[in-house]
Amino acid sequence: MARAGVRGAAVLWTGGPALLLLSTAVAITIGPADIAVGNVVAVVAEHIGLGESGLSPIRDGIVWDLRLPRTLLAAVCGAGLGMCGVIMQSLLRNPLADPFVLGISSGASTGAVLVVILGIGSGAVSLSAGAFLGALCSFALVLLLSHAVGGTTDRVILAGVAAMQLFSSLTSFIVMSSANAEQTRGVLFWLLGSLSGTSWFHVGLCASVLGAVLLVCAAKATALDAFTFGHDAAASLGVSVARTRLLLLVVTALLTATLVSAAGAIGFVGLVLPHIARAIVGPGHRRLLPSTALAGAVFLVWVDTAARTVLTPQELPVGVVTSLIGVPVFVFILYRSRKVR
Amino acid sequence: MSLRAENVSWRAGGRMIVDGISLEPRPGSTIGLLGPNGSGKSTLLRLLAGVCATSSGVVSLDGTPLEKLSRTAIARRVAVVEQHATTEIDMSVLDVVRLGRIPHRRAWSAPSAADDSAVRAAIEYTRLEDKVAQSWHTLSGGERQRVQIARALAQEPRELLLDEPTNHLDIQHQLELLALVTRIPVTSVIALHDLNLAAMFCDHLVVLEEGRAVAAGTPARILTEELIAEVYNVRAIVTPDGPDGRPSVRFLPHEHSPGHTAALRS
Repeated sequence: MARAGVRGAAVLWTGGPALLLLSTAVAITIGPADIAVGNVVAVVAEHIGLGESGLSPIRDGIVWDLRLPRTLLAAVCGAGLGMCGVIMQSLLRNPLADPFVLGISSGASTGAVLVVILGIGSGAVSLSAGAFLGALCSFALVLLLSHAVGGTTDRVILAGVAAMQLFSSLTSFIVMSSANAEQTRGVLFWLLGSLSGTSWFHVGLCASVLGAVLLVCAAKATALDAFTFGHDAAASLGVSVARTRLLLLVVTALLTATLVSAAGAIGFVGLVLPHIARAIVGPGHRRLLPSTALAGAVFLVWVDTAARTVLTPQELPVGVVTSLIGVPVFVFILYRSRKVR
Repeated sequence: MSLRAENVSWRAGGRMIVDGISLEPRPGSTIGLLGPNGSGKSTLLRLLAGVCATSSGVVSLDGTPLEKLSRTAIARRVAVVEQHATTEIDMSVLDVVRLGRIPHRRAWSAPSAADDSAVRAAIEYTRLEDKVAQSWHTLSGGERQRVQIARALAQEPRELLLDEPTNHLDIQHQLELLALVTRIPVTSVIALHDLNLAAMFCDHLVVLEEGRAVAAGTPARILTEELIAEVYNVRAIVTPDGPDGRPSVRFLPHEHSPGHTAALRS
């Protein structure tokens, strides 16, 4: 049993990143402008100071300024949302928990839209700050509501539905009452979850937050395992429950908020990917967290590629595609958990 | 010396749930906590496990108060089995038993050889060898409790706290489980409902009523008709017919006053 574990870890740690790298490189080549994997490698090499790509400035721009940051942000968002899903499913002991389903993403959207429309502060940092406050508000609301109504699996989800409705209508209210037509179209597109118009700044911001959260998660992976049978069981296995829970919930809200402020509310990634990863590597969080992150990254890279190319020249918001995939999975998990109990 | 409670109390909403209880189990012995629902058995176990802090009084391990010890240090000594563990996550038996190694593992490291051998020993002790790959959700209630005990053993505790571990089991599995628990060479404190099981398997009983310990001693001394009438408000006949002459309890139906019966009929 130990040998299989070692081999599994080796496959995960080499195969996973290799698959992600390959997916990213290939996804960048797909689109109206004809670009080969070799070109992508050459452009990257040129920009980090290793030789000349020999590509025209326009095609260089397509790779370096448009497709590369977009694809990288897709990978970061996929990884981050997947990890948020794992953490929330463990802490709330709920297989349906996900930042989108529980309304955290909606809260972040409201905060971000408020910043955009009212013009508070400027730039992406204040957008992220607004999204973070919104995410914390809705998270607090969901926890309070679900605690007040009993805290069972179904009730946490219902509390999430309530929060999602509340914050979506708040967002609509803000948009309808104070945005002009141009702003409205931009905001709506972004609300559905979209990776178009990604800049390197967003990639850097989201990747740094993701990196920090990964470090926290690595330190807390065994503590997350301890929550399998509930809070008391976790405490009797040596976990400081209140402190660990608070830390991980805040970290989740922060990551969700940063991702939402960059790419809008992309739903169901955090719901679907943890289940797929769990089926492959088992329930232990030391493997589950990194493999969900890798699977989420690969998943969103391809879903975004599909979203921007399937209906060329029109572009679908990526959140629409993830929801089309996620809702049937949500129903399936609901159906299966009915049989489990 | 081992686990020891001195005059511990726990208050909630202005009410004393546990009120000045002292407990000093002899190492290796099995202590039964008896008492009606709401008498404070579960809360006392939570205080002993350090899961919640005492309002007053001290729980100590080898003379060190629990609040001076880290949660991890406590979890390496004291393991807990709850009455009804549930999870939504698809776990194999092996996954569940491995949870017991959490207090022994450091944050970044993979399971060590010591972890593997403790898990294997726990599985062998509880005779779960042919079930390791089976899913938790396909187990019967008795098997689930056996797996939880294996998980607790993987913690390599010296004290084992069990909160009504036989509650959802049929009588065969109740007997099997308690035989297993008392065979384990650790100090056990078990909250129990069934007086006959308590008499059969415990070395020492403590009876709780409204948070206070109203009696403590060997089963033969504690389980008397008077005490059962006083604490549980039922009539019973106690005879020394249990194994090794331990007390055996037979309950009698409630006495109805004629007036009461008449009122029911009308």
